Amino acid sequence: MSSHIQQIKNAKVVNKSSTTQDPVWVRCILITISIAFISLFICVPLGLVIFQAFSKGITAYFSALAQPDTLAAIKLTLTVALVTVPLNTLFGVAAAWTITRFDFPGKSLLTTLIDLPFSVSPVISGLIFVLLFGAQGWFGEWLMAHDIKIIFAAPGIILATIFITFPFVARQLIPLMQEMGHQEEEAALSLGASGWRTFFSVTLPNIKWALLYGVLLCNARAMGEFGAVSVVSGHIRGMTNTLPLHVEVSYNDYDVIGAFASASILAGLAIVTLILKTFLEWKQATR
Amino acid sequence: MSQKTVMPGFRPTIGFTLLYLSLIVLIPLSTLIFESFKLTWDDYIHIITSKRILSSFQVSFTAALIAAAVASIFGFITAWVLVRYSFFGKNIFHALIDLPFALPTAVAGIVLATLFQPSGLLGKFLLSIFGIQVAFKPLGIVIALIFISIPFVVRTVEPVLLEFETSMEEAGSSLGATRWQVFTKIIFPNIFPALLTGFALSFARGVGEYGSVIFIAGNIPYVSEIVPLLIVIKLEQFDIPGATAIALTMLVISFLLLLVINLLQYWARKRSGQL
Repeated sequence: MSSHIQQIKNAKVVNKSSTTQDPVWVRCILITISIAFISLFICVPLGLVIFQAFSKGITAYFSALAQPDTLAAIKLTLTVALVTVPLNTLFGVAAAWTITRFDFPGKSLLTTLIDLPFSVSPVISGLIFVLLFGAQGWFGEWLMAHDIKIIFAAPGIILATIFITFPFVARQLIPLMQEMGHQEEEAALSLGASGWRTFFSVTLPNIKWALLYGVLLCNARAMGEFGAVSVVSGHIRGMTNTLPLHVEVSYNDYDVIGAFASASILAGLAIVTLILKTFLEWKQATR
Repeated sequence: MSQKTVMPGFRPTIGFTLLYLSLIVLIPLSTLIFESFKLTWDDYIHIITSKRILSSFQVSFTAALIAAAVASIFGFITAWVLVRYSFFGKNIFHALIDLPFALPTAVAGIVLATLFQPSGLLGKFLLSIFGIQVAFKPLGIVIALIFISIPFVVRTVEPVLLEFETSMEEAGSSLGATRWQVFTKIIFPNIFPALLTGFALSFARGVGEYGSVIFIAGNIPYVSEIVPLLIVIKLEQFDIPGATAIALTMLVISFLLLLVINLLQYWARKRSGQL
């Protein structure tokens, strides 16, 4: 009797593992395929950036970074991110508040329009600002008459970057705030808290990790954008080259160390972004 | 507003949202439409049907299609491995999937070009063993677009696989289905809509991608020139109408494709009983 029960138990265990788990050989093959694929497409390229940047030694690496053009590119990239990220964060919070806390006609259309920049090619995102502010553009003559430069100057680069990174923060906040509902905020308001107080003491603590997540992604893209910025920048060395554009210019000049030294900064930024992203995802999951 | 609410801040937030959306997105994008009104229909057809532009459309769409398909297959396997199996270093592996999102496209571009050029680490190997040249050929564009597509597929399939009830698999196998039957008849139909979304996102991104492609493509007219590059070339020649015509065509085709794929997805969901 007892051996019979034992048999059933064993059978059950065997049955369970065979229904939801794959045979060992399938597992091994699939793990090997995916590790090979990811290594080839992700790990090898990442390693190569570091290898190329230091291929002539540490001194060559740092002297490439200390070039005035490289420093100017770093400065411009930081400026662009410093203007873009706060503006899009402000917009993201305002849009999420209006979409998730109120009912109004055209709400779903508004939500769709916010995502629009994601489906536009980066090059087209640059082109539309050339059509507006370029020499032959709508405001071209007026800008020329008033001696204001937007295209082939920093303002154009900033505008194109704002367009490209437009949806990032809003996209993180809208689903979360929808899911949260507004009972907590209504409770705070009914107890006499002001609108701002409610936002800062009730809403913000609930959304802070998602907000930081959106800011992080927005910043990474703002610092790394290439296509849109390339169209509006004009590639003037030391003036309108962001770091990604500086990578291109150096690479096309066969300045391998210069290109990969600048690229290594951007790759470092990408890795820091991934680490923070993993941390924020973990924080959000344990919220 | 139909119902009265105690929530404050409707007017300022919707005002700012609409103003900012109009200034940054709607007005700039509308220039594309207004600018194209300056062209007559015949001019437009003449620009679009020039051989160089038609070839670039063919190159862009074919490369994006192949890349999205390859990324869908390997992305699906990767998502499956990440959700179902455990192995050493899985967490780092998991975080690395998003690298193509985080790595600036220009960096991806020069790295892939260096890696796959005939004298490069992988390029030399592929050329001497298989006689295949990747860089400066249409194949190079496909490689760059696969790189870009990986996270789109993995990250859309992964959550659906995570939520998938293993009880359905158990039911299937207790009724006598083999593991392969369970996969093809139960698991795959349920994952398929998500896989299709991943494919669509990859494809749409691939058609518009610029930075990671131009270094490895070689940009040979009629052979490996992509549509976004042609827009840049037209702009550099101050041919604004030409650039606008190509851009508008590309935008319209992308939106139509997204519409078709959304319908396909709706059909797939309905068929697998998710709607």
